[in-house]
Amino acid sequence: MKIIVCVSIVPDSTTKVKISDAGKSIDTNGVSFILNPYDEFAVEEALKLKEKNTGEVIAVSYGTEKAKEALKKSFQMGADKGVLIKSTDENFDSYTVAKNLSEYLKDQNADIILFGKQSIDFDGLLIPSMVSEMLNLPCISVVVKLEIEGGKVKAEREIEGGKEVVVSTTPVVIGAQKGLNEPRYPNLKSIMAAKSKPIEEIANFYNGNKTDIIEMKLPPAKTGGKIFNNGKDDVTELVRLLREEAKVI
Amino acid sequence: MSNKILAFLESKEGKFKNSAFEVITEALKLSAELGSELETLTIGNGLENELQELAAYGVKKVKLVNLDQLNKKHSGSEIKYSPSAYAKIISETAKESEANIILLSATSLGKDLAGRISVKTDSAVFNDCIDIKVADGKITASRPVYAGKSIIDINSSTDKIVVTLRPNVFKPVKTDNESIETENIDIEKLNISESDFSSVVTDVIVSSEKLDVAEADRIVSGGRGLRGPENFNLIEDLAGSLGAATGASRAVVDAGWRSHSEQVGQTGKTVSPSLYIACGISGAIQHLAGMSSSKCIVAINKDKDAPIFQIADYGIVGDVFEVLPALTEEIKKVVSN
Repeated sequence: MKIIVCVSIVPDSTTKVKISDAGKSIDTNGVSFILNPYDEFAVEEALKLKEKNTGEVIAVSYGTEKAKEALKKSFQMGADKGVLIKSTDENFDSYTVAKNLSEYLKDQNADIILFGKQSIDFDGLLIPSMVSEMLNLPCISVVVKLEIEGGKVKAEREIEGGKEVVVSTTPVVIGAQKGLNEPRYPNLKSIMAAKSKPIEEIANFYNGNKTDIIEMKLPPAKTGGKIFNNGKDDVTELVRLLREEAKVI
Repeated sequence: MSNKILAFLESKEGKFKNSAFEVITEALKLSAELGSELETLTIGNGLENELQELAAYGVKKVKLVNLDQLNKKHSGSEIKYSPSAYAKIISETAKESEANIILLSATSLGKDLAGRISVKTDSAVFNDCIDIKVADGKITASRPVYAGKSIIDINSSTDKIVVTLRPNVFKPVKTDNESIETENIDIEKLNISESDFSSVVTDVIVSSEKLDVAEADRIVSGGRGLRGPENFNLIEDLAGSLGAATGASRAVVDAGWRSHSEQVGQTGKTVSPSLYIACGISGAIQHLAGMSSSKCIVAINKDKDAPIFQIADYGIVGDVFEVLPALTEEIKKVVSN
């Protein structure tokens, strides 16, 4: 089975966001970058599929040199090799990522292409479905359960108040959601093995965002909250304020 | 080039979702500001009885695709719906009516369709927007990124844009319109083939009848301060008194006390309700990212230095085990008056 998992790096979720001087992106000074948390579920699922079916897991990323971190983390979990599609800069939108990935993927004949459902930087939730559409493949995203048997795909995807049971066939694009599996922690052996796994670098196929960022700003700061210190004795006053001042009840 | 908007109105089990009314109000506003025509489209069964609801929000004409007819185009077993087929219908309708702006709500369905429609129609995507502005005949949007830690204003070099609106941000407004015309779309004209059913939903598992945090206007959330899953009845009682959804911090979800579907935060859901009450939640940066855009934030925590108090509009420093029951009682009293 040829299993491809698309990964990216994102700022650690503890990052306190500061806007860069140019005003269109975050200030990356002091920010530590990690493998996108949702991608961990995708990598884990890829590894489980490999263990069940034999085959190989190839991690693919689109980005600058920094994106190799995502490939290395995937190697530490157990991916076999990696591909970096090298972007010319960091100013790319979901369309550019999807276009580059699909240009690479179209000749790869993967049985399954896995993604994290979204990356926690731009929260697009677009790339898996865009890539699938560009490749004319089915896509199931926000997946919390996946069964693949003899070319048949059955997945459960999370929706408001429940789950949808979705059926399809391979080749298929899957967007992993938290709860799909428990990502394995790299151990010493897998970390050592990761060091010799190959990364193929290829030039990007496409430049040309469809959306541009005019400005990035911090949300309006909240100030001047009314905080009371007398526990349950303050309840009556709180409720009065919620009704009469905030008008929320 | 003149603009034309196609608004997709989502229904579920024969009823229009609240998010559909949010889309209508915003679509009407945008079409007025752009001076553009507006078409609306819906897909479902038995919606004929619900059309007066659409009319009340200002819809005068709606294109209707019958779901049973759609399902007949699929040769396999009966399906609930298919995202690939829906994306095809919406894209074909947009092409046929020459709509360059396609508007949907950023519900699970909307998010599932946006990327597909954008590729089919060669459009840009403005997804999960909290504001849309019109200037010089073009639209720009604002959307939260980094789980809401920052907001970006975006535009596009193309006129063709798929826009999804974050649920529960754009308030639906009723009008005094009463008349609505239906155009029943002939499914044969939409070029639907078996390949459009590449993925199909065969079943929907309802995990609970409870209101989902992502769609709720009021949320009561609990964290580690509740000390154990058995104490979440305090959260549920308070939520019940307010008609609110229940939410949870990552810590209690990871501990197995609450379901992941309730998790609010950077790796859970980002919510923008009118009222968010955080109980026994200290306010880690990832949790704040998920709820800080709530209009009114109330915090209850026994630690006066908990970071949550820095973004709260109102708060009580106190023991949740004493404050929550008292708060529930008081709300029940006030609400019943």
